[in-house]
Amino acid sequence: MSNDGPTPLERFVQGIIPENPVLRQVLGICPTLAVTNTMEGAMTMTGAVLFVLVCANVLISLIRGMLKPHLRILVFTLTIAAFVTVADRLLAAFMYDMSKQLGPYIPLIIVNCIIIARCEICAAKQGVWTAFSDAVGQSLGFGLALGCIATVREVLGFGTWFGKWLGWHVIPASIPTDVWSPWVIMVLPPGAFLTLGLLLGATNWMTARTKKA
Amino acid sequence: MDYLATILLLAISTALINNMVFHFFVGNCPFIGVSRKLDTAFGMGAAVTFVTTIAALLSWLITWAVLAPGAPLTTWVWHLIRPDAKGVVDLSILNYVVYIFVIAWAVQLVEMYVRKFFPALYKAFGVFLPLITTNCVILFVCLEIMKHVPSAGDVPDPWGLDKALIYAFCAGLGFLIAIVIMAGMREEIEHCDVPKPLQGPGITLIMAGILSLAFLGFTGMDSNLAKILKPAPTPAPEIKAAPPPAS
Repeated sequence: MSNDGPTPLERFVQGIIPENPVLRQVLGICPTLAVTNTMEGAMTMTGAVLFVLVCANVLISLIRGMLKPHLRILVFTLTIAAFVTVADRLLAAFMYDMSKQLGPYIPLIIVNCIIIARCEICAAKQGVWTAFSDAVGQSLGFGLALGCIATVREVLGFGTWFGKWLGWHVIPASIPTDVWSPWVIMVLPPGAFLTLGLLLGATNWMTARTKKA
Repeated sequence: MDYLATILLLAISTALINNMVFHFFVGNCPFIGVSRKLDTAFGMGAAVTFVTTIAALLSWLITWAVLAPGAPLTTWVWHLIRPDAKGVVDLSILNYVVYIFVIAWAVQLVEMYVRKFFPALYKAFGVFLPLITTNCVILFVCLEIMKHVPSAGDVPDPWGLDKALIYAFCAGLGFLIAIVIMAGMREEIEHCDVPKPLQGPGITLIMAGILSLAFLGFTGMDSNLAKILKPAPTPAPEIKAAPPPAS
């Protein structure tokens, strides 16, 4: 039906690294910074975004023939809001602690630029399968970026990785505190800004290097 | 005095201590995107403050009257339809959809009103208005207010309309402060020799991190202020520790 534009596979691959929503497009910064002080938070957030993005993209793609240009954004937002409500209720039912910890950031997925951008760029123009693989690719890219930040913050801040779910101590707790003590700053807001800033710098540096070579 | 102190504490803790950008990370997209110039940053901040306050007013009213568990309007309508109905009527599942609708509607309304009646103001921040429908600050404020609207359910700390409005205004003010400081810094950093990979969002985020570190310095200010503003009515008599037994 839609032979113009990238194919499903291209969309999928592009979402992960070449057009990574966080590292390349710098979209959806709010959840990226807010939930990444533990790996669990980051992965739950990724799951919620995956669910909402896939559902919204598929639905928008199915109704794309009926969209009126001037009401487009409103339809996107209301669709997303409905799916976010579902995701929020599901989390509250099955992962109550996580839902408490993430608090308002789950409903804030509604105004996450990534999802509206994907609806606008891909789902409103291309077929269902392209929209689906685009949504999965973008969510995985989002998860990758969140995972990177959360790894840095959790390892330096708590000395663990997936501390609550798997209980892995990357830095053994037996190390005396005068040799190495957890960096509280990484758990607090400034750590999030610094980590993401440096990560963006590192990504740009690597891109520039690969282009030169 | 007591009321004033409560309001002042709420304002300070919202605008400075729990600053929207530096503490809750909401509104980061415009914070990074629109903070290149001082005057546009100020326009964006003012527009956000304005719309946040209006959206807070609307969402408080709607939540209180329609959406909250046991809301009066919904209960009344429900009893009209089914006079023998029992139990609490609860529409709070619709919260998110209704809020986003209210915000989009408020933005549209404000834009039309300002364009018609205040052309000068429209020139100052009109162009930012459509952008802020998807600004997290506004939805975040609505969600915070949702938690505090007095209703039939058990609300730990109910807010009246006055507190909700002050909260919303100060949240917008906190965003304004943050984005204006950031724009001032970015105008200066234009003249600096930033390493190439960090140019643009990278250095902005690192500066935001340092600013956020500075804003951490406000922590604890509210409890100290509370001590000054609201002295305990009758200080409890100190219980003297028993003298240590002579060894």
